[in-house]
Amino acid sequence: MPLAIFQTALDNGLIYALIALSLFISFTILNICDLSTDGCYMLGAAVGVAVTIAGHPVLAIFAAMAAGIISGFTTALLQTRFGVQSILAGIIVNTALYTINLFVMGMKTNLNVVGKKTIYDLVAGLGGSPFWKAWHRSIFLFLLLIVIALLINWFLKTRLGLSIRATGDSSAMVSASSINPAFTVTVGLCIGGALTGMAGSLIGQYNKNCEINMGTGMVTIALASLIIGQTLFGRGKMVTRIFGTIAGSVIYRFIIALALRINVPTQAFKLVSAVIVAIAIATPAARKMIAERKDKHDRLKKRKEMLLTEERGM
Amino acid sequence: MLRLIDASKTFHPGTVHEKHALEHVNLTIPDGDFVTIIGSNGAGKSTLFNAVAGSFLLDEGFIELDGRDITFEKEHDRSRYIGRLFQDPMMGTAPNMTIEENLSVAFLRASEPKKSIFSRVSKEEHKMFRERLSLLKMDLENRMDTPVGLLSGGQRQALTLLMATVVTPKLLLLDEHTAALDPATAEKVLALTKEIIEEKKISCLMVTHNMQQALTLGNRTLMMADGRIVLDVSGQERAAMQVEDLLRRFAENAGKALDNDRILLSGREGN
Repeated sequence: MPLAIFQTALDNGLIYALIALSLFISFTILNICDLSTDGCYMLGAAVGVAVTIAGHPVLAIFAAMAAGIISGFTTALLQTRFGVQSILAGIIVNTALYTINLFVMGMKTNLNVVGKKTIYDLVAGLGGSPFWKAWHRSIFLFLLLIVIALLINWFLKTRLGLSIRATGDSSAMVSASSINPAFTVTVGLCIGGALTGMAGSLIGQYNKNCEINMGTGMVTIALASLIIGQTLFGRGKMVTRIFGTIAGSVIYRFIIALALRINVPTQAFKLVSAVIVAIAIATPAARKMIAERKDKHDRLKKRKEMLLTEERGM
Repeated sequence: MLRLIDASKTFHPGTVHEKHALEHVNLTIPDGDFVTIIGSNGAGKSTLFNAVAGSFLLDEGFIELDGRDITFEKEHDRSRYIGRLFQDPMMGTAPNMTIEENLSVAFLRASEPKKSIFSRVSKEEHKMFRERLSLLKMDLENRMDTPVGLLSGGQRQALTLLMATVVTPKLLLLDEHTAALDPATAEKVLALTKEIIEEKKISCLMVTHNMQQALTLGNRTLMMADGRIVLDVSGQERAAMQVEDLLRRFAENAGKALDNDRILLSGREGN
């Protein structure tokens, strides 16, 4: 794999890992299917690019996170206070965000960062060596993800973090433990929104561009990353599972890069993603099925041999 | 002191499934009382507990705890001072969290919510959890990093009991909390329950389907039928009572014989 492709896959994997982490909190920890991810990611990209164009690349990231929090809060409000089913709440917010994203982008379907500095330009300015010039984005994103992973790990061990984990783990216990599930779900979805919005802003600045449909299918991709990570590292400690999710996202990007490398047409990209998700989810069950079949085959064979010896003995 | 004043609850009102689960119940439980409750299927025992715990709001009437009206207080607010154990040992704990994490969540009740949402389990708390676990004599204090889902039903129920009482509640609701356990484990959990209740002097309501238990445990027995309390005995009268007396009194007061498909007339489970 040529270096440039490797590097892009790594960078993208690290950025999309933020969305996978968002789903780690909503899907794995809280046991909620939050389908507002596509729109929330796009919102982050739109806000991020718009603020970058205004000349504030760092503020762009925080603004995108704030926008993501508002999106997560709205989704949470619908399901905790107004009894909307969680999947439906996500779909409603996702639909509404399409229009809101158009508003943010000034009713255009495309925004480009031209002649303005991005966060990566700022990072590049920190060093002068050719190595730094080539790798500053990967190093910056790598360090950023480590900090965020450690923060999430720390947070999930605090009282509030434990309450959020209990909410997704045992609803009966939660009502008997003075935890308000409406509050913990809201906090969890707001954190998820912040992470997704941040990812959007980082991608927007990375590509110096955003396009109104770039969020489509993002939830599938993030889910694929999450499941790859949980399949490979899902049984360990919390910190392993968090870093496993990030690794899952990077691995996913490498698989995609490899698929493109062996001349799978770009039009088939979404199909490839869907197939990877299906394979990743199906793998444990398939493995069990094969093992059971083999076991059955072996034991039946043994039984047949036993019967044969019995016959001979008689 | 717990007071139920004219408490009523009807499920599915106005339909053919209409059920008066609580009918104008008046009940006063002084501090330190240990009350056993027995009754037919659908008599309203669990509804009574759900009403006190705040799982739903009453249609009519009021609930007071220590002189404070809690009729409209939310369930998670009430659980700061009302502990509860269910029949199903799986319901009281989070299976994918460790023993220590489960205890920390239960210990949340002790802390001011705003002050400490970002605080973590301190060394002293860790030590305190260890000590309390060792009282169970189940070797759980050496397995604090084990996910609770790997424990047996009895261990989980003992842990739930500890979680419900790690912060001393004003009231403990036990809804047949030993009914799903094997006889030996049930006895152990029951002994622990008595020990903790006596040590901390917790007021306690306990639903049981074991008639002997209803008379020997605690200091007062209630019998329920059709959403009403039909018998309330304590003191000398209760001490002199036999299971047969209890059944007779129930039939007189309720106008029908006690009908519970799981009722046990003898003292021992499974006999």
